[in-house]
Amino acid sequence: MKNIRNFCIIAHIDHGKSTLADRLLQTTGTISDRDMQSQALDDMELERERGITIKSHAIQMDYEHDGEKYTYNLIDTPGHVDFSYEVSRSIAACEGALLIVDASQGIEAQTISNLYLALEHDLEIIPILNKMDLPGAEPEEVTDQIVDLIGCDPSDVIPASGKTGLGVDKILEAILTRIPAPSGDPKAPLQAMVFDSVFNPFRGIIAYFRVMNGAMHKGEKVKFLNTGESYTADEIGILRMTPQPRNVVKTGDVGYIISGIKQAKDVKVGETITNHENPCETAVKGFEDVKPMVFAGIYPVDTDDFEELRYSMEKLQLNDSSLVFEPESSAALGFGFRCGFLGMLHMEIIQERLEREFNMTVITTVPNVSYFCYTKKEPTVRQIVNNPSELPDPSIIEMIEEPYIKAQVITKSEYVGQVMNLCVEKRGELQNQVYLTQDRVEITFNMPMAEIVFDFYDRLKSVSRGYASFDYHPIGYQSSDLVKLDVLLNHEQVDALSALVHRSNAFDLGKKICLKLKELIPRQQFEIPVQASIGAKVIARETIKALRKDVTAKCYGGDISRKRKLLEKQKQGKKRMRQVGRVEVPQEAFLAVLKLND
Amino acid sequence: MAGIYIHIPFCKQKCTYCDFHFSTSFKSYREKMIQAICLELTQRVDYLQNQSISTVYFGGGTPSLLTKEELKKIVDTVSKNYTVEEDFEFTLEANPDDITEAQLEMWKAAGVNRLSIGLQSFLQEDLDWMNRAHTAIESESAVRLAKKFGFQLTVDLIYGLPNRSLNDWKNNIQKLTSLDPEHISAYCLTIEKRTALHHMVDKGDLPQVSEDDQSEQFEMLLQEMNNAGYHQYEISNFAKGENYSRHNSNYWNGVDYLGIGPSAHSFDGKSRRWNIANNPKYIKGIFEGFSNHEDEILSSTDQFNELLLTGLRTKWGVNYKKLSELHKPSEAFIKQLNSFRSFGLIQEETDTILLTQKGKLQADYIAAMLFLEE
Repeated sequence: MKNIRNFCIIAHIDHGKSTLADRLLQTTGTISDRDMQSQALDDMELERERGITIKSHAIQMDYEHDGEKYTYNLIDTPGHVDFSYEVSRSIAACEGALLIVDASQGIEAQTISNLYLALEHDLEIIPILNKMDLPGAEPEEVTDQIVDLIGCDPSDVIPASGKTGLGVDKILEAILTRIPAPSGDPKAPLQAMVFDSVFNPFRGIIAYFRVMNGAMHKGEKVKFLNTGESYTADEIGILRMTPQPRNVVKTGDVGYIISGIKQAKDVKVGETITNHENPCETAVKGFEDVKPMVFAGIYPVDTDDFEELRYSMEKLQLNDSSLVFEPESSAALGFGFRCGFLGMLHMEIIQERLEREFNMTVITTVPNVSYFCYTKKEPTVRQIVNNPSELPDPSIIEMIEEPYIKAQVITKSEYVGQVMNLCVEKRGELQNQVYLTQDRVEITFNMPMAEIVFDFYDRLKSVSRGYASFDYHPIGYQSSDLVKLDVLLNHEQVDALSALVHRSNAFDLGKKICLKLKELIPRQQFEIPVQASIGAKVIARETIKALRKDVTAKCYGGDISRKRKLLEKQKQGKKRMRQVGRVEVPQEAFLAVLKLND
Repeated sequence: MAGIYIHIPFCKQKCTYCDFHFSTSFKSYREKMIQAICLELTQRVDYLQNQSISTVYFGGGTPSLLTKEELKKIVDTVSKNYTVEEDFEFTLEANPDDITEAQLEMWKAAGVNRLSIGLQSFLQEDLDWMNRAHTAIESESAVRLAKKFGFQLTVDLIYGLPNRSLNDWKNNIQKLTSLDPEHISAYCLTIEKRTALHHMVDKGDLPQVSEDDQSEQFEMLLQEMNNAGYHQYEISNFAKGENYSRHNSNYWNGVDYLGIGPSAHSFDGKSRRWNIANNPKYIKGIFEGFSNHEDEILSSTDQFNELLLTGLRTKWGVNYKKLSELHKPSEAFIKQLNSFRSFGLIQEETDTILLTQKGKLQADYIAAMLFLEE
């Protein structure tokens, strides 16, 4: 056990985490140069393309120092706020963390919140200044930021470059000398913590764990403390570039277990595994049932594909237990599912995976958060509303509560004004403002989560010209003056377009939605009024004029073939539209609210 | 009965709106091109399977740039290799700046009996940004002169132009009808991709004309044509009496045609082919005996759809029986037809689907929605 080191990496997107990890793998000989492909740990195509880590991964490396052999377990974690629970579990499986900061960019919001998580778990932090090879590197300034943040000595900061290999040896040595070996009682009953799981179509669920106490043996009967289920450890082992079966995984080490479990939801992240006959006394601290934060309807484009969509979602859920869904129906869109996601990125990923891995084209409705509603009749009974169209009639509502978050934005000082304006516009209340350096400011707001679901990210990016990073965590519910904003097309209400908004924003938003829909819905044979209303009161109106002209001037011998193909396309396009009452609505119109500022 | 189209891919200069195939620097291979066109005429003599030729059409490009010898060479090749009907229609496209007494005499001698004059507008300002080679003054005198020589005349106008009022358009039409050509083609300006015009509009140098303004001008056109005694027999074509373009009518009525020259399309009822739109490659192909072209076999669904898209544009409409022979109209088709009828877009006469005045403005939409899918 004294020769094991478990560590994770904390870094902001694009700060070079994957490249530096690749170098560690190469230098320790874990992966041969021949097999090397960049972002070696990210095996999902989507991860490579977007340069993000969605799932946690673990990999074991060998390190030799002064003739002694050591085992390094690197646990690679997603950095995004949507997956912060997964990150917290990975951190709980480690004794140390590499804090990677881009020497030309400085510290970002996500890095800070993950760093705090690591400090809470008493992890030893090894600060690394990455991308030192870049001409824009500002090592002194960024070192100061790091020193301020974690209170280390400037000489503790290791300059490095994933690209040139600078500092890699120093990092490997620091892992050994600075990060403590795991502690734990080898003689105690088995206590292991699951930090992630993956689905394999042939083997079922492969769960990744860290042994806190005791050891896990092949073939033993293990019990999952939180679900109470028991399984046989059919195969256990360690994680190299490929899983390597072992007969035992000992205290302090990281490994995997295959035990015939078929669905990801049976193996929750944070779960404690113990021996069935001789169980440990307590579960590993910090287990939570992750709850979805963002909800949206997902509907098949072709109504006939509902069953196929259900099948695809079930398959997806096998390896992503944080996806939850239940059937719902919409007057406008027919049968589909109300889905819960961890956040906006998670929602995007699910949508993209449905298209890539299952070839399903779907209509996604405007996402919303989960509201609490109390009626006058039963003012103490909390009703959960995950779909705006399910909100009771305003006349019987006593109060609505919405989830709030504490949001941290780090930006350059020149953009502070614009960022503040945006946050205030989004109903944010300023909590704190700290100058990390002369040029970098951390601003903290309390704001409704619903506001970041709309067009917050894009707006933040544009007001700060990309120089702002953002992170948040939920801080509970607060009552709000919310109203349901409905949209009517040709005088018929379209349930899929309803949204809960703050009363003060309703008029402005209603007007913008109507304008956007006017732009997105093509002219048809009749005039179409587009209205926004609160209850029976219409607050905005636009009109899509009737189609008047759709004819090309020339149609001679050389034009006929091209023209036939154009018209075939036109007909195809129409088929992809949804009929809502008499009006044909293109798919993108259902997300109109998200694109109001385009 | 069949037609021959001959594409002359030369122009003096590039009109900003034009996306037809042509070149403005052709001196080096001009002679070769004429030879290649003649050679293709002989190589593809079987394409029309001995049908007699009722129409010959020289289009472009600018066929009025052809010299006497060049024109004669091509015409001779046609008459030597094809059975040309006695009263065949022989159209040549001519730009006003090429129309002189000498040229008119030469064309007459070559057998041309119909001239299609690319006049476009009587306003100099319009001709300027279109980069036309002729002036507004030449426009008028060219029509008068050609008329004197006894050619059947058709004149092109363009409407829906930027910075033009409804009244400007009315004046343009009235000026033309006062010159009394037998036939008028009036086209709504289309901003084609890969044209200078597209670039000008993109950059904001020329304003885009609204759909509503274009529609009003179209309605004005119909009114004025009617007042002047022309009747609309196709969306953009108007004739006095029976002076239809026989050649173009054949396109809309599904008659076979042979297209000669680079980019030219041919049709034999069941398939379509088009030559490569590249002058040197076209010439090389013809001389080396492998022709640079693409083919398309038309399925019965394609034929059904083409019948709709061409037929609906004409006053003859779409023959229901002909359609049914290709595919029995589906329930969805009938339903769509009924819906269009209820919106006043189509009217039906015995066995024929016709567009109403309102429907003519939406001919593409209506055709597309009635299309069958494979």
